[in-house]
Amino acid sequence: MTEFLERFSWVSLFLWVFRIVVILLIVVGTWNSLSSGKYTSEQLFSLTTAGLTQGSIYALIALGYTLVYGILLMINFAHGEVFMAGAFTASFLATWMATQGWLVSNPFISIIVLLLFAAGISTVVAVLLERVAYRPLRNAPRLVPLITAIGASFFLQYTFRGFYGSGFRSYPDVPVLSQNNFFLFGFRIPAAQVFVMGSAFFLMFGLYLLVEKTKIGRAMRAVSEDKEVAKLMGIDIDRVIVITFMLGGALAGAAGVINGLYRPQGVGYTMGLIPGIKAFTAAVLGGIGNVPGAMIGGLILGVVEALGPNLVLDGLGIPGSNQLKDAIAFTMLVVILIFRPQGILGEKLAEKKA
Amino acid sequence: MIKEKTTVIRWRELVNLSLLFGGGLLYVAVIGMVVTFSGRTMIQGVAGSVVTIGGGLLFPIPDVPGLTVGRLLMFAIPTVLGLAVVYRDIVPRNLTTAVVGGTAAGALATVWLGLLVIIETALLAADLSLRAVFVNVSPNLMDMLLYGQDLFAGLMLLLATNVGLAILGASFLIIPTRPRRALGYALLLTLFVGLFGEIFTQILRPWLGNSGIRVLFRSGALTTTGIAIVFASGLLIGWFGKQTRERQKTWVDSLPREQQTRVRWAQVIFSVLLLLVLPWIIGTFLSEVATTVGIYIMMALGLNIAIGLAGLLDLGYVTNFAVGAYVMAVLTSTPPDGSGYGLSFWVVLPLCLLAAMTMGFLFALPVLRMRGDYLAIATLGFGEIIRILAISDWLSPLLGGAQGVLYVPKPELLGFTFGGPQTLYYIILVGVLFVLYCVWRLNNSRAGRQWMAIREDEDVAEAMGINLVRTKVLAFTLSAAAGGLAGGIFAAKLGTVFPQSFNVFVSINVLSIIIVGGMGSIPGIIVGGIFLVGMPEVLREFAEYRMLLYGALLVVMMLQRPEGIIPSAIRQRELKAHREDDSPPTGPDEAHLGRSGTSITT
Repeated sequence: MTEFLERFSWVSLFLWVFRIVVILLIVVGTWNSLSSGKYTSEQLFSLTTAGLTQGSIYALIALGYTLVYGILLMINFAHGEVFMAGAFTASFLATWMATQGWLVSNPFISIIVLLLFAAGISTVVAVLLERVAYRPLRNAPRLVPLITAIGASFFLQYTFRGFYGSGFRSYPDVPVLSQNNFFLFGFRIPAAQVFVMGSAFFLMFGLYLLVEKTKIGRAMRAVSEDKEVAKLMGIDIDRVIVITFMLGGALAGAAGVINGLYRPQGVGYTMGLIPGIKAFTAAVLGGIGNVPGAMIGGLILGVVEALGPNLVLDGLGIPGSNQLKDAIAFTMLVVILIFRPQGILGEKLAEKKA
Repeated sequence: MIKEKTTVIRWRELVNLSLLFGGGLLYVAVIGMVVTFSGRTMIQGVAGSVVTIGGGLLFPIPDVPGLTVGRLLMFAIPTVLGLAVVYRDIVPRNLTTAVVGGTAAGALATVWLGLLVIIETALLAADLSLRAVFVNVSPNLMDMLLYGQDLFAGLMLLLATNVGLAILGASFLIIPTRPRRALGYALLLTLFVGLFGEIFTQILRPWLGNSGIRVLFRSGALTTTGIAIVFASGLLIGWFGKQTRERQKTWVDSLPREQQTRVRWAQVIFSVLLLLVLPWIIGTFLSEVATTVGIYIMMALGLNIAIGLAGLLDLGYVTNFAVGAYVMAVLTSTPPDGSGYGLSFWVVLPLCLLAAMTMGFLFALPVLRMRGDYLAIATLGFGEIIRILAISDWLSPLLGGAQGVLYVPKPELLGFTFGGPQTLYYIILVGVLFVLYCVWRLNNSRAGRQWMAIREDEDVAEAMGINLVRTKVLAFTLSAAAGGLAGGIFAAKLGTVFPQSFNVFVSINVLSIIIVGGMGSIPGIIVGGIFLVGMPEVLREFAEYRMLLYGALLVVMMLQRPEGIIPSAIRQRELKAHREDDSPPTGPDEAHLGRSGTSITT
């Protein structure tokens, strides 16, 4: 007991108080809104599916963070910009396709072409980023590549602003996605949401197969386990790292198009920053460096973000709760870091102070 | 690592470097810099046009108004390319090879731009344009690239200019040292004066009078006479400057010790006096700039405690700035309906510090046990939370929502109101000096040494008996205090506080100052602040490319000069040690790379 008291410093006291307050706020808020009967089950269902949809987009971006982190133990801060590059560039192709009428006549082929195009652009950006900004610094103190990443992030943002202008664009309407609905247990799910979740699942399954079943996947796992030994086993580390960046970039680019088709507005040079931080939150939530963790983290973050404002904040009587949506994701990041820094599926990393 | 001097041109490297620089040319053109910057003329009239047509070709074209900054940018790239090929010993240092190498480099550097021009011309003929995608490929840009000529003549001019400038650049290093230095000084001085022509006009007007100014400058750009005078003085400074400085130094060194201290004191007193009268020399506009610079220097000095000393990358520094500003605004605001608290600036200023410190303290506790890079993103998130909260309806009764807080009075002291930038300057000067003094003292204190120890190696520091959490929390809290102070003064200076002014760019701005100046280096931060904040304020065209510049600077500095332009001695040693050590990594973070950290587990 005395030992316990000795170790119980004022910092942990503060953290415990914080934890209890957070839980209390969530419980009270949820209880209030549920008991007030403000939301029908239909509304809650549609909020949840919207959350899962948004969450699968976060998950796709989060995979890029997690893959790179798993291999280099580095946060690729500019990953949000890789997402932006693909989404922004592909919006021009999408607009052009719309003027040709392809999005109506051949929607699926057009979407696949768009996905490939955006993935290609993002891959190029990610590889350039690795080559120019990260590779020369691989053995530098840890702060150094992080600062480079931040610099690269803003450099990319403003480069694309210079290329394509500072205005916001929007993706064209794809009737197949916007006008159809599916029904599950009598609840309505818009086709766009099914498309997002389906394609995200498909991509993630592909990535899972690649990491688990192929030779390059095995090389990636080996490098993330131990670089030196992997090198001795004849694995070309540089190649593995470049391929990791390519995979992350391709997923981010695809996520850019998927996001654009789901929520057409607001495609511009700043669109990468917030999803970038949120996807990072998702990666941390699931356990950074952990591939299924990023997927789960993304989905959970999406749902919390969708339900949080209405369920918790409304219940606490905070007005204009939807304005605070972004704050929820960031608060959640801090809360995870306090409750479980290693994430849901992660190993205990914080203690190692890597 | 001494490379052997080459006697032949190393063609492969030459081609790579030239194509890279050519890519740079294409980049600044497509991104719109060239056209945006061509709004500012540096050198007027015929002389400017001659320089503009430049390099190898000495005939003036009448409709080129003079040398603009945009043109200068386009000229700088091939010139620097020429310098670089010789400097890097890709091209041997003699006249023939310099001409051959320069010609090749200049021609190769034109390839990408040439392609752009040809493609765009072809598209225009088919009633299309690259402009549909790349907004900055405008007719204006085409005119600039082709010197207003048709495709063939324009391309030839472009090629000739690039080749000529690359040859000039390449031959520059062949000139003997002393004349080269004089010429270099003269060129740089002329460009500098031309670039800041408006400022020089403003400063010199009271001394020279309107007619005197008109001899040197016309609408902010140097005239031919102006060039001659500035260039000549540059030559003189370059020719005699170094010797004079050395003579001075030997003179001071030869003095007895007491007199040496006296000389040093005289220098200090002179700089203090200069700082005191500065706003009245430089005028209102530059004083305004100086106040902004001062506020950023305050923040940078504060953030330097966290980043430079303790190695904690805080990307949410704007939080402290915002807290300080809002505390000041809410507590001193005096709306006409009499609803404000209306406290005095001097009472609230310490509260701003306290509030920011409390905030820093509360943020520090949860996140400081985390890894460094988690910290960066968590603090970035905090910064966004603060902004979102400030805009939200929830807190708008207190913070004014999106409209912000209005009617913040100017500071008053004994009946004197610090109304304009020239008087506010003094408050900011005192603030900067105060922070400067604190940081300087902290640097050499027990806490300072502890911070540096945890920055170097947390595990070892902990083993030495340093309480990690306490030390980090202290760094974070003190660092926040400077932000709060800057925020409080900022609110009073501006008179209104808007939530939109507290975005992530402020944090990045402050970070760039520290990185460019040198982490942990106080003089570096001051110089960095003056350049990075002052320059975009003075040259309005730059403002649009400010973040691009900062981003590029962060990357380039980290790659080329991680210790900053004016490095602190300790920091330099560390980073150098890291770089030159090619043996397997030994530091805690690198060692970890080798061990099993996280792995991709599926």
